[in-house]
Amino acid sequence: MDNKIPAVKMRNITKTFGPTVANDKVWLDIYRGEILALLGENGSGKTTLMNMLSGIYFPDEGAISIDGKDVVIRSPKDAFDLGIGMIHQHFKLVDVLTAAENIVLGLPGKLDLKAASEKIRTICEAYGFEVDPNQKIYDMSVSQKQTVEIVKVLYRGADILILDEPTAVLTPQETDKLFNVLRNMRNDNKAIVIITHKMHEVEALSDRVAILRHGQFIGDMPTAKTNAQEMTNMMVGHAVTLNIDRPDPVDPKPRIVVKNLTVRSIDGIVKLDDVSFTANSGEILGIAGISGCGQKELLEAIAGLQPVEKGSIEYIEDDGRAEQLLGKDPLTIQQMGVSLSFVPEDRLGMGLVANMDLSDNMMLRSFRRGHSVFTDRKTPRQLALDVVQELEVVTPGISTPVRRLSGGNVQKVLVGREIASAPTVLLTAYAVRGLDINSSYTIYDLINKQKKSGVAVVYVGEDLDVLLELADRILVLCGGKVSGIVPGRGANKRDVGMMMTKLGGNAHE
Amino acid sequence: MNNKTRSPLIHVSKRGLLPWYKAWAIRGAALVLALVTCGLITSLVTRQNPIQVYAAIINGSFGSPRKIWVLLQNISMLLCISLAVTPAFRMRCWNLGAEGQALIGGLAAAACMILLPGKLPNWGIIACMCVASVLSGAIWAAIPAFFKAKWNTNETLFTLMMNYVATQLVAYYCVVWESPKGSGTIGVINPTTELGWFPQIGSYKYLLNILIVAAVCLAMYVYLNYSKHGYEITVVGESERTARYVGIKVDRVIIRTMLLSGAVCGLAGLLLVGSTNHTLTTTIVDGRGFTAVMVSWLAKFNPIWMILTSFLIVFLGRGSGEIATKFGLNRSFGDILTGLILFFIIGSEFFINYEIHFRKSGGKEG
Repeated sequence: MDNKIPAVKMRNITKTFGPTVANDKVWLDIYRGEILALLGENGSGKTTLMNMLSGIYFPDEGAISIDGKDVVIRSPKDAFDLGIGMIHQHFKLVDVLTAAENIVLGLPGKLDLKAASEKIRTICEAYGFEVDPNQKIYDMSVSQKQTVEIVKVLYRGADILILDEPTAVLTPQETDKLFNVLRNMRNDNKAIVIITHKMHEVEALSDRVAILRHGQFIGDMPTAKTNAQEMTNMMVGHAVTLNIDRPDPVDPKPRIVVKNLTVRSIDGIVKLDDVSFTANSGEILGIAGISGCGQKELLEAIAGLQPVEKGSIEYIEDDGRAEQLLGKDPLTIQQMGVSLSFVPEDRLGMGLVANMDLSDNMMLRSFRRGHSVFTDRKTPRQLALDVVQELEVVTPGISTPVRRLSGGNVQKVLVGREIASAPTVLLTAYAVRGLDINSSYTIYDLINKQKKSGVAVVYVGEDLDVLLELADRILVLCGGKVSGIVPGRGANKRDVGMMMTKLGGNAHE
Repeated sequence: MNNKTRSPLIHVSKRGLLPWYKAWAIRGAALVLALVTCGLITSLVTRQNPIQVYAAIINGSFGSPRKIWVLLQNISMLLCISLAVTPAFRMRCWNLGAEGQALIGGLAAAACMILLPGKLPNWGIIACMCVASVLSGAIWAAIPAFFKAKWNTNETLFTLMMNYVATQLVAYYCVVWESPKGSGTIGVINPTTELGWFPQIGSYKYLLNILIVAAVCLAMYVYLNYSKHGYEITVVGESERTARYVGIKVDRVIIRTMLLSGAVCGLAGLLLVGSTNHTLTTTIVDGRGFTAVMVSWLAKFNPIWMILTSFLIVFLGRGSGEIATKFGLNRSFGDILTGLILFFIIGSEFFINYEIHFRKSGGKEG
């Protein structure tokens, strides 16, 4: 392997956005017949680096060569001509077209869908994809859409593939399938780069890892010669412990009792179907499920943001009194004295106002306080300062708009504000999505601290490994129904994965 | 095949936050460039000395004490309507109906002046005018707001069409109340009794308007930036989902803010009829309802900056009128210059947000 010519050679690549240096003289080699895992914390410049390879950004400095030849990649088209294809986190497909139509979209030459379908079938057979060329995109699951994206770049002749966090939206079974396909492509001598945060995936899949930290290239090595601990330490720059704490619940009492909850979307589609469960104080209730299985609707129904068709959601006070939350809006719930905090999935579109600064965002929850017609600016300023200090938020100051912060820091601001109101119920949706290891562990710690102080935590997660380590009980949703509730201690990843795809999982077989 | 490594000739990248003095240096440079370009075009097309043309533009606004007063009056009226649309704009609710809202406010004021003498003393008439104008402006804005809040209709189209209704109503009443008979216009209302005319401060005809608008400007600034309502408006404008998430009643904020917007428009109509013109015509608002959109945007919805932007627009407008008369040029030429200057000023925002890199002359190292 040592004397192979790299498929891609990036040298001294520098890219700045205003005063921020996203990439600082990065060196990177990508070889054919190899899967390279590109690792780094949020904001370490992984996606920026790959965007320069796929023609979306242009480097300020540095050189790129493909198969030993110097090249200039000015646009995504240049990248395609060089055989570079990138599969982004957000799919770029036209919903009303079929898979085949999406795949040939924008290609020159006569439109011959039959020939295209034939070629798509050949590609699928070669690597083990399952795609029906005539299926419409809107009929597809997330994983099928992703497959179409991959076939699309292969169809266009890409032999250097970049996948940006491809497993974030997949179930364990779908992830295994994807990995098999990627291995097949590697064996076909393609060069593959995968960006991911999940260590066990790196270990399971990749041949080599390259690590970036703060925009700088830290090093690369064969995966076999390293381990999760060492890689994490290199990413973070100092030693970190990789265990999630799970203290035993102290004196759990029912806090939120949900009975027979049914929710329909505006289009009349059933999103939640007869869901019943209890969330206890001092306990973390994990919610597992493929994305879009009703998690969002469930949390929003409890928070008073989602109209409900039938059922009941009761809040149980410390003295045992039950209050109905159904049919009340967030303001009424707050005025009832129920301290309910909600960390929504869409941080910048719902939890925070992207264009407002930290201090103004802190005000969102508290601006109504007091009888004056004017807002109190001092308290939120102080809260912002406290959150920045306690949660180690990286920001130029508290008057910076939150959209300028990186994902992990945005989440710290949001979680910091939500727990500042000393809640009795904490709802979190994908609290660590897109966050690097360091920030993720900060969030786990914060959630555990809330649990220890007696808060009923509902944690919707997508990483099963984390759910199994963090939650006291796990509620598995499948197509809007409760597939089962299992204790977190001793639960098995396979079983939970099965319950996610099939009601009841193996239990009823 | 091109073997040489060549970077693109130019590429554009987003800037970080510029310090304020650099941003203003760019805006200043844009203004200078705009003036130079205008000068070049003027001398090329009209063979006039550009310096003289500029002198005429300045003369148009500052040539005499009267001109200065007219300038200030025009600024205050434009500013008043700009202030009116701003709360709606901050909420991302595009109220393009300021023209009609001001007109209907003016109609209400005129109605009081024509119908109430003999029934009420002068101060009673003026009080009625104030209430009627502000209320009718507010109602004119609340109708589209209600439909938007309830059924999410498009406020841009709705408010725009309300303008035509207002214009037609005024046209109708111009005939009903015409004076003298057969003229089809209202003429000066109560010319001898001066009933319903706003008092004049000393010998300054326009001072009252200017002071009122200055007070509104300050109040609007405080309201938008320091009050709870102002905060709610910003949150609703940035993200309705966030607003709902924190329990803000979005419908209520939309209607309340549009009521305010319409009320201030009504006030502008009141000042135009009661204080300045003492008459009513269909063109009394003179397109300010639309110019205000530009004033508000240019100032990034900041009431204090709007003093500057409304000055700029009025100054350019007065200047182009002056060169039209002085050099016998078509008035459109003045408008061309105004357009050019605005083009440069708005264009400079691109250079504040983005940075342009040119290929380094030595080429890139391989």
